[in-house]
Amino acid sequence: MALVEIRDVSKSFKREAQTVDVYSGLTIDFAEGSYTALMGPSGSGKSTLLNLVAGLDKPTSGTVTVAGANVSAMTSTQLADWRARTIGFVFQSYNLLPVLTAQQNVELPLLLTNLNKKERTERTAIALGVVGLSDRLDHYPRQLSGGQEQRVAIARAIVADPALILLDEPTGQLDAKSSEEVLELMRRLNEEFHKTIMMVTHDPKAAEHAKSVLHLEKGVLIEGSVGVKAGRTPTVSREAARIRT
Amino acid sequence: MKFLPLVLANLSRHKLRTILTIMSTALALFLFAMLRSVVTTLNAGSEVSSAQRLITQNSTAFVIPLPMAYANRLASVPHVKEVTWANWFGGKYGDGKKFFAQFAVDPETYLKMYPEYELPEDQKQAFLKERSAALIGEGLVRMFGWKVGDNVTMQGTIFPGDWTFTIRGIYHPSQKAYGDDQFMFHYDYLYERDPARVTPGWYILKIDDPSAAAVVAKTIDEQFKNSTAPTKTGTEKQFAAGFAGMWGNVKLLMSTIGMAVVFAILLVTANAMMMNQRERTSEVAVMKTVGFTDGRVFSLVIIEAAIIALTGAVIGLGLATALPLMTSMGDGGFLPGFRVTPDTLAVGAGVALILTVASGIFPAWQAAKLPVVQALRRVE
Repeated sequence: MALVEIRDVSKSFKREAQTVDVYSGLTIDFAEGSYTALMGPSGSGKSTLLNLVAGLDKPTSGTVTVAGANVSAMTSTQLADWRARTIGFVFQSYNLLPVLTAQQNVELPLLLTNLNKKERTERTAIALGVVGLSDRLDHYPRQLSGGQEQRVAIARAIVADPALILLDEPTGQLDAKSSEEVLELMRRLNEEFHKTIMMVTHDPKAAEHAKSVLHLEKGVLIEGSVGVKAGRTPTVSREAARIRT
Repeated sequence: MKFLPLVLANLSRHKLRTILTIMSTALALFLFAMLRSVVTTLNAGSEVSSAQRLITQNSTAFVIPLPMAYANRLASVPHVKEVTWANWFGGKYGDGKKFFAQFAVDPETYLKMYPEYELPEDQKQAFLKERSAALIGEGLVRMFGWKVGDNVTMQGTIFPGDWTFTIRGIYHPSQKAYGDDQFMFHYDYLYERDPARVTPGWYILKIDDPSAAAVVAKTIDEQFKNSTAPTKTGTEKQFAAGFAGMWGNVKLLMSTIGMAVVFAILLVTANAMMMNQRERTSEVAVMKTVGFTDGRVFSLVIIEAAIIALTGAVIGLGLATALPLMTSMGDGGFLPGFRVTPDTLAVGAGVALILTVASGIFPAWQAAKLPVVQALRRVE
């Protein structure tokens, strides 16, 4: 069953006087429980795809449906509420709030729920426990290593128990050891906690941790199939590209 | 309330900047309250005046005296029940650096005219009996440490020479606006030293019907219209307002300075708020990604601005309220009856509210309308 359904999506940007087409008629599904790596050169539309799925950006035409909700038709307020419940987002540069402790950073999405302080504290502790940072609750981001910061960011992404986790270059600023820790964590979240994961990455090693890999180039899906982790297959025409991962 | 730690954490991001912004807001509201209080205190003098009292002065200028013979003629005007007079002495005590008003008055009629000056009966009788006796306000006791029985020598400026008085009474004003820093002595004491020059500076009349004040004033002024000393008669309120009116430009200046200060601080606060927001572009984008709505982000920024403005207001207005109470500012050392009124506090709170909205609304709107994708792209 597809958790994410992208149907005939076109997306174009205005750059000064010019219109830049990112996608034209992109159709693709991501199954519930899948773990997909999105690869491709800069400007190929990987991050834009994450933004469309998260409702941070709207398609020029077509529909994006996540867990049965038509993301493209929601208002900004509906999207914010929906995102708080459905999406966990992890950025390349962690993007923790520097004035908040690890615990407060992780608690941030829970402030938007009806949970009381005690429940929020419990869930925050669990999330930080999952990423192995139970002993860093009161540490500020500046007191953590890059790998630890990214794990706090992952804890923030999972604390509200979202169905879908979106990662944009999560290992882009990490050393090899920290990258491995983060990727192992993502594997656990996918396999043990059954989270659906979409991960944009430039790193083939990171992509190897995913169950499937999609290659985008100039907005065209040129490769992808279940279980394929490397190698290239013939270009798939954008109209026909319907990939079930 | 659950967002309060987030707001406070943001405020503590640049502690020094936040403290300085709060202090500038506090200073602005302190100055605003003090300057406005000077104006309201000056106006208050005319507002507590009795509607039953009229003042007759020389129409040419307040400083030109009136003939003594007017006393009987004024007393015969219909509705006039009592007449008394006073004269400005203008003496200097010690080095003259501490100013206080001295009046030569007709003691019996004057105290009858002004029941607002309250003093023990024995002191009153002692004051009435002795020609060189003086009646002083409590403020002068605090200012100079004088007590009943003390001899006080002043140097006359309008009426030259040394003038020695014996303090026989200390009054307490029933209303602060009447001032507790006045020095009153017998008109006769002044007159006997310089009978050629001394005549009443102004007359005070009590009428039986306040609604007849305009008619009485007109009758009096018509009566002396063609004399060598034409008069200008008005209610005590008009007289006090005339005094306050002499401050007209000063009041305008004070109000203008007050508003200019508030406006300048508004720009400082707004600038600080916008700097804060600019530095937090990526964080706002992240908060929106996490699920914060535009409205929520807007509210959080406005609450930050409100905390700065309201903390500044509490400090500034609190200090302005406490200062006259803790010092002698309101006792005559600065301005008799000077105090920050609830009305000024309410206006100050309103100014703080305007500061909040004006300084917070633009950065809040910017944060609320921040395009997340572009903001994240800048960061990533």
